[in-house]
Amino acid sequence: MKPVLLIDFGSTYTKVTAVDVDAPRLLGTANSYTTVETDINNGLADALCKLEAQTGKLDFCARYACSSAAGGLRMLASGLVPELTAEAAKTASLGAGAKVLKTYSFKLNEDDADEIKELDPDIFLLVGGTDGGNTETIIHNAKVIADIGGSYPVILAGNRNAARTCAKLLEGREVHITENVMPSFNVLNTEPVQKEIREVFLNRIIQAKGLSKAAELINGIMMPTPSAVMAAIKLLAEGTENQKGIGDLVAVDVGGATTDVYSVAEGLPDDPRTALRGIPEPYVKRTVEGDIGMRYSIRGIIEAAGLKKTAQIADLSEERLSEIVELFATHTDMLPFDDETQRADEALASMAVRVAMTRHAGRLSEIFGLGGLQLIQTGKNLLNVDRFIVTGGSLIHTEHTGRIASYGFFDEEDPGSLKPKSCTVLVDRSYIIAAMGLLSQYYPEAALTILKEELVKDDGTK
Amino acid sequence: MEKQKKTLVIGVIGADVHAVGNQILYHAFTDAGFNVINLGVMVSQEEFINAAIETNADAIVVSSLYGQGELDCRGLREKCDEAGLEHILLYVGGNIVIGKQPFEEVEKRFKAMGFDRSFPPGTAPEVDIAYLKEDLHVED
Repeated sequence: MKPVLLIDFGSTYTKVTAVDVDAPRLLGTANSYTTVETDINNGLADALCKLEAQTGKLDFCARYACSSAAGGLRMLASGLVPELTAEAAKTASLGAGAKVLKTYSFKLNEDDADEIKELDPDIFLLVGGTDGGNTETIIHNAKVIADIGGSYPVILAGNRNAARTCAKLLEGREVHITENVMPSFNVLNTEPVQKEIREVFLNRIIQAKGLSKAAELINGIMMPTPSAVMAAIKLLAEGTENQKGIGDLVAVDVGGATTDVYSVAEGLPDDPRTALRGIPEPYVKRTVEGDIGMRYSIRGIIEAAGLKKTAQIADLSEERLSEIVELFATHTDMLPFDDETQRADEALASMAVRVAMTRHAGRLSEIFGLGGLQLIQTGKNLLNVDRFIVTGGSLIHTEHTGRIASYGFFDEEDPGSLKPKSCTVLVDRSYIIAAMGLLSQYYPEAALTILKEELVKDDGTK
Repeated sequence: MEKQKKTLVIGVIGADVHAVGNQILYHAFTDAGFNVINLGVMVSQEEFINAAIETNADAIVVSSLYGQGELDCRGLREKCDEAGLEHILLYVGGNIVIGKQPFEEVEKRFKAMGFDRSFPPGTAPEVDIAYLKEDLHVED
């Protein structure tokens, strides 16, 4: 046996997963409540204690960790045109596992400056202009950031012709210059900026988040938790040299404050005559809905999906549902305690999945021109994706995961939304996806075997 | 990429899907030494403007073949002004109006809409190129 320990330092829980990479198989999981105030090492020791109570004493040959502690990797980004470089900056940051607090477009004004000072991010990503294109805006914005002051690092990934000028304006700050995220019009170049974000995370953020003491005990805090999830689902879709993957997939994680959606698919149109609009879509795409969550952002679900519709699905009166929503919003640690609150919770989760999937998936629209019907696609076409992974506390502990997940499928009422037509739902019951993403950095074969073993169909079969 | 090259944003406006002429213009302009951002067919006014902002373009060259050009082009200059592109050169060419109309009148109307130059059907790319070089002060 060759046991490896995987740790996820979250904002409220420290979660540990033990695997045997020889077998390979899952040995056990445990978690412990932690807060930003308490020492993160206590949480780890406590979780380990619980784990070894199940598995017996384990002699770990390696310990790896990911972290979303202290609010995750909090980023702000500014670009030029909202649909172009600003969108590219956001896409790149989300793909690097960051929590994007806000994306600014065009020139930052005084109010933006005040807001940035207030938000005090972990990283500011400054982009804008294609190479050889507009330099005015990014230079203006660099000056604004310089004037605000602060100690957070700034990553420059905009027009290369402006990079030196911007760096000079930011003299005295930690500045990282990398390739333009949109080097020429509508071409996405996210990898260099993502690499820079990862490096800043490793070198700086871990100290800043009080994780350095924990880092001494383990072989490394390697990535933000969302990056670990992305690594796992990419591995699951694509497979390894020796094992086949399961193909294109979608994964949804409905949390208390946000809902994350991941897709692994090219997402090109079914009909080759369809015109594609908008910036190119990443093959592994992550979107985060900051207004959709089961507790802190529960009102956002109602706002997006409508009280009437949600009440219908819950089979509750609108008044009763409103009361339950308020109850959950004020008591964020509350679990459903009777039939009504259970139905409300499931209906809200269903709507969270629907809203988040509709925003993540692409859209097909029809235009009648002189040449007849023309189809235009924006975003990713996920119609043919046939695996739907469900993870996150609110969905993996209910019996009705499959029914809730189906709200993320193609919907006759909104046929333009390119969501999956029919899917096998796989549930991350042991909550191990992030841990397997971490493990995949060293033991991809073991990680894939365990993922395939532990993700179960809604009815419990494999 | 090289800034000494002048940047043009080109495309076919509106719901028009005529791709060939635009492709010919792309090659002709590129050969003539311009940095050309080709948006293809079915391009909205907003897409022309967004591309011009990011690439710091010197001119927008609009094509229209299906007769609806006059409607599609209306308001483009005002939107450019709004977006801070007050000084960008605007050209339009193709079958830009319905039916056979004296081109002097058509040109006048497009001038009033803020287009610096408009070109009738059958204009050779060399003509556009000569005007572009003149208006953008490009020396051969």
